Amino acid sequence: MTNFTLTRRGVIAGLGAALATPGIPSAFAQGAPIKVGVLHSLSGTMAISETALRDTVLMMVEDQNRKGGLLGRRLQAVVVDPASNWPLFAEKARELLQVAKVDVTFGCWTSVSRKSVLPVFEELKGLLFYPVQYEGEEQSPNIFYTGAAPNQQAIPALDYLLGPDGGSAKRIALLGTDYVYPRTTNRILRNYLVSKGFAAADIMEEYTPFGHSDWQGIVSSVKRFASAGKKTAIVSTINGDANVPFYRELGNQGIKAEDIPSVAFSVGEEELAGIDARPLVGHLAAWNYFMSVKSQVNDQFIAMWRAYIKNPRRVTNDPMEATYTGFKMWAQAVTASGTTNVADVTKAVIGQKVAAPSGYIEEMGANHHLSKPVMIGEIQANGQFNIVYKTPGAVPAENWSPYIPENANRRR
Amino acid sequence: MKRPILGLLLAMLLLVSPARAQDAFTTALPGLAGSFGQIAEAVEKLGASADPRALPLLQALQEGRLLKREDGTLLLQTDAGVTEVVGGRPTEVGDAEAVRVNNRVRGALRGALGSLQILSTNPEERLKAAEDVFRSRSAQNIAPLEAALARETIPAIRTQLELSLAASRLASPDNAVRLQGINALAEVTDQNARALLLETKAQVPDLARQIDGAVAKIEGRLRVRQMVETFFQGLSLGSVLLLAALGLAVTFGVMGVINMAHGEMVMLGAYATYMVQEALSGTALAPFALPLAIPAAFLLAAAVGAVLERGLIRYLYGRPLETLLMTFGVGMILQQAVRLIFGAQNREVVSPAWMQGTLTLGGLSLTANRVWIIVFGLLVLGLVVAAIRYTRFGLEMRAVVQNRRIAATMGIRTGRVDALTFAFGSGIAGMAGVALSQIDNVSPNLGTGYIIDSFMVVVFGGVGSLAGTLVGALTLGVLNKVMEPYAGAVLAKVVVLVGIMLFIQRRPRGMFALKGRAAEA
Amino acid sequence: MSVTTATIPASPRVTLRLVLWGAVLVLALIPLLNQLPESSALHVGDFIVTITGKWITYAILALAIDLAWGYTGILSLGHGAFFALGGYAMGMHLMRLIGPRGAYGHPTLPDFMVFLGYPELPWYWLGFDMFPYACFMALFVPGLLALVIGYLAFRSRITGVYLSILTQALTYALMLAFFRNDMGFGGNNGFTDFKELLGMALNTPLARAVLFYASLVALIGSYWVCTRISVSKLGRVLLAIRDAESRVRFLGYSTTQVKLFVFVISAVLAGLAGALYVPQVGIINPGEFSPGNSIEAVIWVAVGGRGTLVGAVVGAFSVNALKTWLTTAAPDLWLFALGGLFVAVTLFLPRGLVGLFSRKVEK
Repeated sequence: MTNFTLTRRGVIAGLGAALATPGIPSAFAQGAPIKVGVLHSLSGTMAISETALRDTVLMMVEDQNRKGGLLGRRLQAVVVDPASNWPLFAEKARELLQVAKVDVTFGCWTSVSRKSVLPVFEELKGLLFYPVQYEGEEQSPNIFYTGAAPNQQAIPALDYLLGPDGGSAKRIALLGTDYVYPRTTNRILRNYLVSKGFAAADIMEEYTPFGHSDWQGIVSSVKRFASAGKKTAIVSTINGDANVPFYRELGNQGIKAEDIPSVAFSVGEEELAGIDARPLVGHLAAWNYFMSVKSQVNDQFIAMWRAYIKNPRRVTNDPMEATYTGFKMWAQAVTASGTTNVADVTKAVIGQKVAAPSGYIEEMGANHHLSKPVMIGEIQANGQFNIVYKTPGAVPAENWSPYIPENANRRR
Repeated sequence: MKRPILGLLLAMLLLVSPARAQDAFTTALPGLAGSFGQIAEAVEKLGASADPRALPLLQALQEGRLLKREDGTLLLQTDAGVTEVVGGRPTEVGDAEAVRVNNRVRGALRGALGSLQILSTNPEERLKAAEDVFRSRSAQNIAPLEAALARETIPAIRTQLELSLAASRLASPDNAVRLQGINALAEVTDQNARALLLETKAQVPDLARQIDGAVAKIEGRLRVRQMVETFFQGLSLGSVLLLAALGLAVTFGVMGVINMAHGEMVMLGAYATYMVQEALSGTALAPFALPLAIPAAFLLAAAVGAVLERGLIRYLYGRPLETLLMTFGVGMILQQAVRLIFGAQNREVVSPAWMQGTLTLGGLSLTANRVWIIVFGLLVLGLVVAAIRYTRFGLEMRAVVQNRRIAATMGIRTGRVDALTFAFGSGIAGMAGVALSQIDNVSPNLGTGYIIDSFMVVVFGGVGSLAGTLVGALTLGVLNKVMEPYAGAVLAKVVVLVGIMLFIQRRPRGMFALKGRAAEA
Repeated sequence: MSVTTATIPASPRVTLRLVLWGAVLVLALIPLLNQLPESSALHVGDFIVTITGKWITYAILALAIDLAWGYTGILSLGHGAFFALGGYAMGMHLMRLIGPRGAYGHPTLPDFMVFLGYPELPWYWLGFDMFPYACFMALFVPGLLALVIGYLAFRSRITGVYLSILTQALTYALMLAFFRNDMGFGGNNGFTDFKELLGMALNTPLARAVLFYASLVALIGSYWVCTRISVSKLGRVLLAIRDAESRVRFLGYSTTQVKLFVFVISAVLAGLAGALYVPQVGIINPGEFSPGNSIEAVIWVAVGGRGTLVGAVVGAFSVNALKTWLTTAAPDLWLFALGGLFVAVTLFLPRGLVGLFSRKVEK
């Protein structure tokens, strides 16, 4: 009963699309559309970051349909709003898989939203592409992680600060928002620093709540920490929203990047578009992609995005690139395996290679994580990044960090 | 016409320069086309060369006017055109790109430019150069600094030069000279001085005792300063709370309306600031966007408030709990509407120059935007007090609050007063939004973070008392900041919240309770 | 029942009761219909089972709020806190049951404690491996908190909006506290990836059905408790307190004790709801403490019709069904619809949806 309605609706929708856009192959209307779930918050605190990812997926779906869909079938996006509410993420994931019966889902930003949907995807044998850098320590057979693991972002960034180009830092202030990504990342970084011979007194760790807007006290204490006569640097795992007031305070208290450079893992072009970047020139961010990357794929990606969003000034950022790459991988895997069946596609995704906008060939590893280049960029006055360091090739992910001793007794 | 002349001049300069300097200059040049490390080294050499040609070159590098061709040829871009650095031949930009700098190069540049400009005729440049030399001190600078100090007449620059000299002396190989530097720095109340001394201590263990003494002196004074600074930070947080709560003090305190959409009024004010800035960008009024945004934000939020009151809230007077629930729904709608109109991303509100950086007041350096927000908060408070005390509207408002029926029989149109009062409270929230746009994200969620704190301030201070709101806001701000270093930002906030809850148990009507029967309502 | 309460006259009560038992029957059938083959016309999808189970726990929370607000006039904007505390107690039990099946294979420590480097289980986690203890704590902790807060507030005669603001601050403070990773409750992530409860693997239809029926029984039980309270002599004192507290006090009743009693019962029911909610949604985190959640729960009651127990249940189901439907059907616009509903109900339907219904019956 329900199946019949779904099919009929699908055919009608397919027909409608075929009529609306002339020049689409006739095979197009055959078969039910392939359903692509989009599980990104469109309201609440995370809407700031996640709406752009929703638009990226919609853009990719539209692009794929223009190229004739996949397996001769049209793609149809199913958008839901989990409203930055973590239990609602689980509910919406279940709805996408059981009611809308999607073939693949692109979604989540925060770790907790991923943790919330993970059991659902495992139970219902779904397929999720997760596009954001995270703390690692996870590997689900039903999730592909297209953002960075700590060794693809945090550790290279720290290495840069410790090296001569980054200023040979001898004291490190680890500032973060109090949740699992900063806590885990900082634990990894602390162990890494200790392995490099840092004393505990030369590492400062401080956590703030989400959306923290009053940074006066913490920035002053960083200044005090930095006045011990050793070159000091800040490693910031501060979450999106709190960054603007943090950087304003840094600028206002006169902390220049030459004196105390800071490297951030969650500040990208989208965040900088919302602030006056001039006082931040020289502060660093580590990502696997910057909009300023010079590559043919990137030029196409930016042009496609600006055409889709109808705004010639909109910026792209790393999670959008990871969404793009993930989508391409899934599309290639579907084509390769000739089906949308999750088990077959999952097998086919591993080993897929995509020429990513980062300018590198990125490959999906057997650990469900993407190999990615690591780049360090300095903030410029126009809100873009000046890339000051790049790894020579794409780095495979270590989602189980060797700097967390407990990983030695891990089961999986 | 100009280009050949310039080229000729450069060529002549090359010819007449003393041979030694020419060596240092020309040997350093190729480094500028290399890696960041090589660039930094070349910059340091150029700074030390004291060659007159180094200064324009380094300035060009700093400003992104030094270009590089693929083959490593360096080009200098000026208003007059592009020339090759070596040989000075005029040329075209072509595919050349600006030589990029990173923090390491920037640091080297600062030192080099500082030592080259220390004798500049422009006092501002001299001051900046003196500061730069302080940060990148080296023993080579001692002699130039002494020379500069001998010539300097402006006191502020003299002070800075003395500091920089002391710092440079620390880098001297001679312990006696170092000791001079240590003694001079011991008199400075500055974290940078402490940092320098400790750095020297690590390098020169023989002077550890003297350095420890100097550091202890500095730290003693720093502790006092830190207390003052913490207090200032508390006042600044308090003034933010005051601004956020003042509108609520009017709508809740005077009218008894619980407006859960209050945070959204603040948010609208912030967006009004953004809209004014965008509307004025490119016009002559652009530098005044922020002051002009204040009335705009007031009017926008007040208009929305008036519509809200006349359209919805007035039907629910006497039922505060229902008003609470309804305005919660209104808040959801306003937030999503702004999200759909402006997008979910943050909007950029530029801080004018006078709100950036630090102000130095009697040896204390305070962040400019915080000082302005404190001033603004007090001004808005004054405005509210004046409006209530000295205007016809304020009189009518007080009359209606005290006794609605008698006020009506006196000919006051109570409905109109209600609408105006609510619009007034909302407008004040809008003005708070202007201030918040300077320190927080301008996003649809802006108001959510302040609503509970605002309610706590009003209840803690005493409902219906503006003095209570002022004292309440400042007390909470200072308490938060005093506790933060010990308990961390989160726990400090939790402790303060619990403290308020316990306080309200003791004094249910807040610090400045209204006396008499009215308070028993 | 010849005694009429202040809100609903006798004759519609009978009809209401019939409708109520009908609704319970329909709900009870859901897991059974889920067992039918998918080709059957009466088949109900898994999604409906899990989501209805969740709504039932929301209905219990709504009942708890209605008992305090609709009957006694205590508008707590912090009931989400009691709900979440109950949920955390159950979550701790579920975490303990994962045992060595966590990613790191540690025999006792949950994964988040392992990678945050906890040497051993914090003392307040002890005992949560026992189901009865966890159940007890799920009810005891919210009850105790309500007792303390209620005692302090009612003794100082904090009422009306002051109490609302106070309880709102309470849940806000708890939210901030639970966000801290140092608290040992998993910080922002809270608890997820539960494996089993009472020996049943949680991702099986059996476990879902058991939890569903447990919630349904809890709902019926809570409804019964609330009815008993509301029709008793105490219930009439409650209504009197709601309508004119000072007069009741002058008549010699200890309103503080009466209110405290109701407030604690209400908090315990909210804790019960939370404990049943967590195994069904599979996650508990500090977001449950957010003040917005508590206000939303109050709005369910307002929409359904406060002061009637049926109203609370109807409101919880209808608002959440609407939200589930709209967040998929109109992801960009659902906040307008929901916000508009709240505004419309408070303006035009002060007695909620049930008020609409009972007025029709009266005619």
